[in-house]
Amino acid sequence: MKLVRILMRNIRDSFKSIVRNFSLSFASISCITITLIVVTIAMILSENVHEMTKKIEADVTIVAFLNVDVTQERIEEIGNEIRALPNIQPGSQGLQLDDKEKLRQDMMEASDTYKDILKNWENREDNHLKDAYRIKVVDIEKIKETADAIRNIEGVEVVQDSEEMIHQLISVFDVITKGTYIIVIALILVTAFLITNTIKITIFSRKREIDIMRLVGASNMNIKIPFIFEGLLLGILGSVIPIIITIYGYSTIYTSFKGKVFGNIIQLVEPQPFVYYVSLVLMGIGIIVGMFGSWRAVRKHLKI
Amino acid sequence: MELIRMRHVHKVYKNGVTAIHDLDLAIKKGEFVFIIGATGCGKSSLIKMLYREERPNDGQILVGGIDVAKIKNRKIYKIRRKLGVVFQDFKLLPKLTVYENVAFALEIFGLPKSEIYNKVVKVLDLVGLKNKAKQYPTQLSGGEQQRVAIARAIVNGPKILICDEPTGNLDEKTSMEIMAVLEAINKLGTTVIMVTHDTEIVNKMKKRVIELDSGRILREYAEGEYVHEVS
Repeated sequence: MKLVRILMRNIRDSFKSIVRNFSLSFASISCITITLIVVTIAMILSENVHEMTKKIEADVTIVAFLNVDVTQERIEEIGNEIRALPNIQPGSQGLQLDDKEKLRQDMMEASDTYKDILKNWENREDNHLKDAYRIKVVDIEKIKETADAIRNIEGVEVVQDSEEMIHQLISVFDVITKGTYIIVIALILVTAFLITNTIKITIFSRKREIDIMRLVGASNMNIKIPFIFEGLLLGILGSVIPIIITIYGYSTIYTSFKGKVFGNIIQLVEPQPFVYYVSLVLMGIGIIVGMFGSWRAVRKHLKI
Repeated sequence: MELIRMRHVHKVYKNGVTAIHDLDLAIKKGEFVFIIGATGCGKSSLIKMLYREERPNDGQILVGGIDVAKIKNRKIYKIRRKLGVVFQDFKLLPKLTVYENVAFALEIFGLPKSEIYNKVVKVLDLVGLKNKAKQYPTQLSGGEQQRVAIARAIVNGPKILICDEPTGNLDEKTSMEIMAVLEAINKLGTTVIMVTHDTEIVNKMKKRVIELDSGRILREYAEGEYVHEVS
């Protein structure tokens, strides 16, 4: 009961103090707001880039065309040999056989011209198309080595791996993602220090109050807690606008582009539940930064 | 029973000034003691060490059985809860009403509202400000503000009330009103230690007096002994 009363008093005092020191509270809130807006932009950007990288990586496939005259038996053996290599994705996804008969059917369906030519290739011996394996790798960085290993397998004629460009694209995306993480962390640190300074000014203007509290027998905890609560509230208030921007802004962008940018190349991340996760993270950052800032600022005044 | 006991207390400030030099002092429960002396004699340093605003360099200061000199910074509140302190400049919060200023000292401890109300009304009655509870400090006279500060200092029921020049900013008539309040509090059992340079007051009150000079006790006068010769 006593704890609840102390807690309620602290919450009430924090609200009062924010209202009473409005200009300084406003400064702190704006500071958090601006940072969190940049943070949300960075987060949305990096998450989209990350998603896109994942999609491109998932699409990267090695295609191994086999000799025209390999036997059915040899095809299976080659399959097993590829399976045995490192860096091949497990399961049916990692290794798929495109049978030349199936290929023939597909091509015949695709165009009438093909149909005329291919309709007589019914027997396996007559079919001059090539059987092919589609292979997906675990680590895209090592795709070259895997392709070379496949090339050395007997009965494999041609190996096509992903083009160099995709490779470069992925490393560029990687840099962008890592870069945004660094920016976000740096921003959070800078804001924590800014908040510390702003709250220091607030506390300086309330030094008298702290002195009196100490005089009448308030423990350090008694004094600290209202300020830390205040930091928490400032953090929550500072995250309101960024959260609104995230939820409505991103959803609006998503709908106006119909989820795609540059034709079909870039597929945006679905707004829901993505925006809610981002909002939670924003509020979390706001709260931590606010509380940490207050705690640091008030600590200085508690030493004698 | 000794409530305060100082043994061989030394206080040297960082700038090299010696404020207190090998001081021994005992104050009994229920006493009313004046500490007098010229400016810079160390009387403020002496009482600041009692409520641990300053720490002695050497010696022992027992307040209610606790060695204040040894207590850690973050444990100071334990000693502060046993003491009430009143200052020359009142140290009231201007944005709070008289009632809130006094209640402030109790709210920290999470007392129930009804208990806070009862205690605050009781002390405001004792200092004669019951009907000004809703006013703000700036609306009060200096004497009234000091009485609010006294009410705040005693609302926790401390054993000792320390007053640092409480009448320093007040005229003679108001000062005597404050002294009457302090005497009433003393009669209720609280030990009062008051620093002052106003010898008129000391003359009139006829209490125990400790006169300091250059950080040493120059003379001690028992109750009623001190008579200041008007030069």
